[in-house]
Amino acid sequence: MRNSETLPLTNESDIIFARREVRSRGSEIGLSLVDVTKLVTACSELARNTVVYGGGGTVTIEPLSNGVRKGLRLIFEDQGPGIADLNLALTDGYTSGSGMGLGLSGARRLCNEFEIVSVVGQGTKVTVAKWK
Amino acid sequence: MTTTQQNKTLYSAIETDQANILTEWIAEQKKMMSQYGQAKEQELTQQCQTFLQHFLAAIREGNLDNMQSPEWRATYAVLEDVATIRGEMGLSPSETATFVFSFKRPLFASLARMADGNAEALAAAVWEATTLLDRLGLYTTEVYTKIREGVIARQQEDMLELSTPVVTLAPGILALPLIGTLDSARTQVVMETLLQTIMETGSTIAIIDITGVPTVDTLVAQHLLKTVTAARLMGADCIISGIRPQIAQTIVHLGVELGDIATKATLAGAFKLALDRSGLSIVKTKPALQI
Ligand SMILES: Nc1ncnc2c1ncn2[C@@H]1O[C@H](COP(=O)(O)OP(=O)(O)OP(=O)(O)O)[C@@H](O)[C@H]1O
Ligand SMILES: [Mg+2]
Repeated sequence: MRNSETLPLTNESDIIFARREVRSRGSEIGLSLVDVTKLVTACSELARNTVVYGGGGTVTIEPLSNGVRKGLRLIFEDQGPGIADLNLALTDGYTSGSGMGLGLSGARRLCNEFEIVSVVGQGTKVTVAKWK
Repeated sequence: MTTTQQNKTLYSAIETDQANILTEWIAEQKKMMSQYGQAKEQELTQQCQTFLQHFLAAIREGNLDNMQSPEWRATYAVLEDVATIRGEMGLSPSETATFVFSFKRPLFASLARMADGNAEALAAAVWEATTLLDRLGLYTTEVYTKIREGVIARQQEDMLELSTPVVTLAPGILALPLIGTLDSARTQVVMETLLQTIMETGSTIAIIDITGVPTVDTLVAQHLLKTVTAARLMGADCIISGIRPQIAQTIVHLGVELGDIATKATLAGAFKLALDRSGLSIVKTKPALQI
């Protein structure tokens, strides 16, 4: 099994690279095409939030295994402004910018595990996982 | 041993042995470089000669500890040329850095001849030479990287232009087959091109085919929706085709609603719908040609 890796997220091409990496690692551990597509899309959303709202950060891709079950965990971290009202941010359609307001809530629906920790003035950490 | 003495050892070794070093150095590089064809031999010889000349001058005049000093300027300039030429030819980073590193063997050989058995002097001179060449090698790699980044950025721009073909399928029916990653910049260009073509052709139906788009996230969806809305204002209806099963499921979970936009699994399906709506049909008029 490949190791964990941490990739920078500072611009559009970083997002594309992270997505590509998640796609290849997801297929490698045997996720179905649908599950890979869901995870890659969640990655795209969270990576873009990290770049756009978090002012840049990193994503760590971690292989998971629990007996024969395999999975992939993605951890997005930034030292940006943080999110004051998590419930609001997770509401479908809420955006403080000009998006659709579906990235965070959509990513939650696309993955098996979802956790968000955010401290105003310190940053945001979003963890998602997809199991086979 | 003082710096000046080392300067001298290094300098006189190269000075005395120039012709040999040059021949060996060029031979060394030809061994290592796969793509550097016959035609380029003259260029290679020229580059090596110029480098040697400036390198020698820099050692004679210069400060070996501070390579930022002006004496080194000309040497760096040669390396910039070499890295630029090789980077643009598409040679690999090692094939580029080889220019400097392959200089070591002939130089060290010459230093050994000069040292004439004085091991301590030889070690000191070799160390000095290695330090210099490593720094020059790293610089070559840095320049090479910048050049490659430039080349890649140019290619990306070219791709942007190339990858926005809006085609007319039938009178009044346009198709825009999207292929590849849709980042913000590219999506913007693609969508503007479509709207422009709708205006120029007065088309009433535009098929946006996303078969070749690996990821449809909220950003892509938003661009698609905006384009459809804008097209509608211009009097054209859009059909989105090529929504593969995994993309359909993902869009649903994401929560994106395509509203009343017509969607089709395949481009062929979308074309048929477009023909229907335009009151057109494809009719067989005679048996197919036997080829
Ligand atoms: N890493 C982050 N740092 C600070 N604020 C964030 C971060 N991620 C999300 N937010 C806040 O949460 C809101 C909702 O995020 P979400 O991804 O759901 O929507 P969006 O990015 O605005 O639009 P969409 O993702 O649909 O294009 C954002 O508008 C932003 O205010
Ligand atoms: Mg978002």
